[in-house]
Amino acid sequence: MKSGSNLEKVLSAGHTAVTAELGPPMGCNAETVRKKMELLRGTADAFNVTDCQTAVVRMSSISTSIFLAQAGMEPVMQMTCRDRNRIAIQSDILGAAAHGIKNCLCIAGDHQSFGAKGKLKGHPGSKNVYDVDSIQLVGILRGLRDDARQQGGDPLDASVPLFIGAAWTPLGDPIEIRTIRLAKKVNAGADFIQTQAVYDIKRFSEAMQKARDRGLHERVAILAGIIVPKSGGMLAYMNKSVPGVVVPQELIDRMKAASDQRAEGIKIAVELIQQVLQIEGVRGVHIQAIEWEEAVREVVGGAGLLPRPTV
Amino acid sequence: MIIAERKPVAEILNMIEGASTVLVAGCATCVADCMAGGEREVGILASAMRIALVREGKAVEIIEVTVERQCEREFIERIRELVEKVDVVISTACGIGVQAMAERYRNKPIYPGVNTTFLGLREEEGLWTERCAACGDCTLHLTGGICPVARCSKSLLNGPCGGSREGKCEVSEEIACGWQLIIDRLIELGQLDRLEANIPPKNWATSRDGGPRKVIKKELRDEKRKQS
Repeated sequence: MKSGSNLEKVLSAGHTAVTAELGPPMGCNAETVRKKMELLRGTADAFNVTDCQTAVVRMSSISTSIFLAQAGMEPVMQMTCRDRNRIAIQSDILGAAAHGIKNCLCIAGDHQSFGAKGKLKGHPGSKNVYDVDSIQLVGILRGLRDDARQQGGDPLDASVPLFIGAAWTPLGDPIEIRTIRLAKKVNAGADFIQTQAVYDIKRFSEAMQKARDRGLHERVAILAGIIVPKSGGMLAYMNKSVPGVVVPQELIDRMKAASDQRAEGIKIAVELIQQVLQIEGVRGVHIQAIEWEEAVREVVGGAGLLPRPTV
Repeated sequence: MIIAERKPVAEILNMIEGASTVLVAGCATCVADCMAGGEREVGILASAMRIALVREGKAVEIIEVTVERQCEREFIERIRELVEKVDVVISTACGIGVQAMAERYRNKPIYPGVNTTFLGLREEEGLWTERCAACGDCTLHLTGGICPVARCSKSLLNGPCGGSREGKCEVSEEIACGWQLIIDRLIELGQLDRLEANIPPKNWATSRDGGPRKVIKKELRDEKRKQS
């Protein structure tokens, strides 16, 4: 065991893994976090806590993750490269590990201009950091764990038990680089991968074939991303505007035609889970029901993945 | 070259508040090429200032001059007479020129007439774009001669983030994804395999993060010492 995290144990035991996302609130109300936690409790093996997603200031990923850990729900603490340099990142990782956080997902993070693209103002005038990129971050975490050493070379008093995650956008542009990017993440030390949302099973299967051609599926646990759709409009929007998300037209049409779009969204998510789990090398699913945490239990249950294994 | 953009006239007028004589000093090098602060632009700015000042009922004398290169002491020395005559100098050189003038003329307020924006080139008529971040550790041989530090919005060194779409950056449709450009070029060169290697965390100490930088050519300094 590298970290002894529940997610690592579930995967090591050969179970299909389930992770789900929990978005921290735009405020300091712990009760909001607890409410979301109770909606999600028991639905997944670990819960991703986002790190100021879309570059909007929210309760920090680390403190929200501590709430989860204290309540016996395992967090996957997300860590972006946008807001911290390597000193802050490593310091936060040490603190998180001391609080019992064992999974960390390393991502670049949405650019700070993102926050102002919707209804919110965000902080488009802020300075970004990007001292390291997400692949380098994976390598830094591996050094903290395997060598008990900081990136700069100084020793730690003990190795840091971490299960290291990275993201993969298999259908993102430029498509020629996407398998290489996955390989680099694996070579850097990623233990698990959570993918961008999958809707186009055929194209995702092709991307997985390319990963298998390099044997990557045997070196890293790939969890396919499932975003539970709320409406046909949302699917059309994601297809048009979210990089790396490809939604087949028939799925958009089916959703738009449904009389109860939310019920249809749950049904689609269940079907997608069943389909991605048929693909060789997919070891689990990562479910995002954005600001709709209630949907997760129904989706995971519908896919026959409840109760979650005790390992 | 160094690319700059002229500041709004209103901002410049605010800077010179209270002065009765102002020298607008241009530079005939980079800022002339990017049409921000050369002789022509000095003329345009001075005229705009005069018109605005007349409207405000202020009697301010605006004098124009343009030197070959404001970043070289011997060139700025040649305008000493003019500089000493005025209350304030508006320099339309880049930030280097403004500071060179400020170092040379210690008792004279030297204010910027342009915003120095980046190191770049003229991509098309009327369009200048960034090319170099002056990070002090060039790795263009790995990326097809296209710089990820300057041209990726996140300065990522191991390939594009998930935000690249149809050749555009997630920041804006107006911004080309630097990594798309790199990958296209490496495919053309048959060098895409160069991106397989993991690039370790960069040493930013050679960039601004190491503090103000200097380049020392020891042999030239030794020679100078011998002469003196």
